[in-house]
Amino acid sequence: MHTLQEVEKEYLRTDLPDFRAGDTVRLHVKVAEGDKERIQIFQGVVIRRRGSGTRASFAVRKVSAGVGVERVFPLHSPVIGKIEVVRRGRVRRAKLFYLRGLRGKAARIEERREDRPVQKKARTTSD
Amino acid sequence: MKGILGRKIGMTQIFLADGESVPVTVVQAGPCLVVQRKTTGRDGYEAIQVGLVEDRPPRKVSQPMRGHYQAAEVAPMRRLVEFKVAADDEMKPGDQLTASIFEVDEYVDVVGRGKGKGFQGVMRRHGFGGGRATHGSMFHRAPGSIGQASDPSRVFPGVRMPGQMGAKRITAKNLRVVKIDEENNLLFLKGSVPGPNSAYIAIQTAKRG
Repeated sequence: MHTLQEVEKEYLRTDLPDFRAGDTVRLHVKVAEGDKERIQIFQGVVIRRRGSGTRASFAVRKVSAGVGVERVFPLHSPVIGKIEVVRRGRVRRAKLFYLRGLRGKAARIEERREDRPVQKKARTTSD
Repeated sequence: MKGILGRKIGMTQIFLADGESVPVTVVQAGPCLVVQRKTTGRDGYEAIQVGLVEDRPPRKVSQPMRGHYQAAEVAPMRRLVEFKVAADDEMKPGDQLTASIFEVDEYVDVVGRGKGKGFQGVMRRHGFGGGRATHGSMFHRAPGSIGQASDPSRVFPGVRMPGQMGAKRITAKNLRVVKIDEENNLLFLKGSVPGPNSAYIAIQTAKRG
């Protein structure tokens, strides 16, 4: 019998960058207006990643005109044209729901230093 | 009526071309073989008996059933189901059925045995309200009264009481076939299907809809 993983493989996107909670991402979201399609940019902090396979999703939060806006996207959705990682953030937990209660300076996220992961990458390429 | 025996693989979601995500149940539907053709003359009704092709050692099959499979010249199977067919239907033992008997956007009914919930009380099994949890009510999840007094002096049949819940035959009606993987005999049905993953289910043309 087949497994769900095999079935889902076909729908998984392979062009997605590696990102995690705390990172700031820039999403190219396809918006259908009537019969036309437009690209809308949504930039914000990833506050959650959950799920596996095609059911994986992530939530992005941004503060727009003083109002907090959060959108949840299916990770493998074709609605997302492109995901750019703008900035990697150093955070100490996987879900950043605490950001909802913070504003301005308090809601800043420290940039992640890439010392170790970069070394790792260099090693794999030299193999 | 078209029908096939399958096994539930599980639920997931897939994306359509326009980006819409659809919740689907993936079903291993076939390959199946016809084991017997029942006719009005011999059996009193018209049907085909179908089994799902699986590995089953012949030594584990009872003698009478071994003969039954031998008559159709097929390997022993684990589960057999029947589907009604028209009297002029030309299916005969040994014929193969695959997932491609269905088409995309067709509607099907799925028959299976639902998940067993065990012996449950009336609150879970019948949705009774139960009593107050606190303030010394002393009446929490009990069924309460089950009838009247000395007249009629009995409990009427059909009064809802605790007992086995689930694990019985359920038909999920009018599920849309979202996608068919003919190569692997997989059906993608929109929505849920009775039973746990790996349960045997019969998929057939929807009765209505």
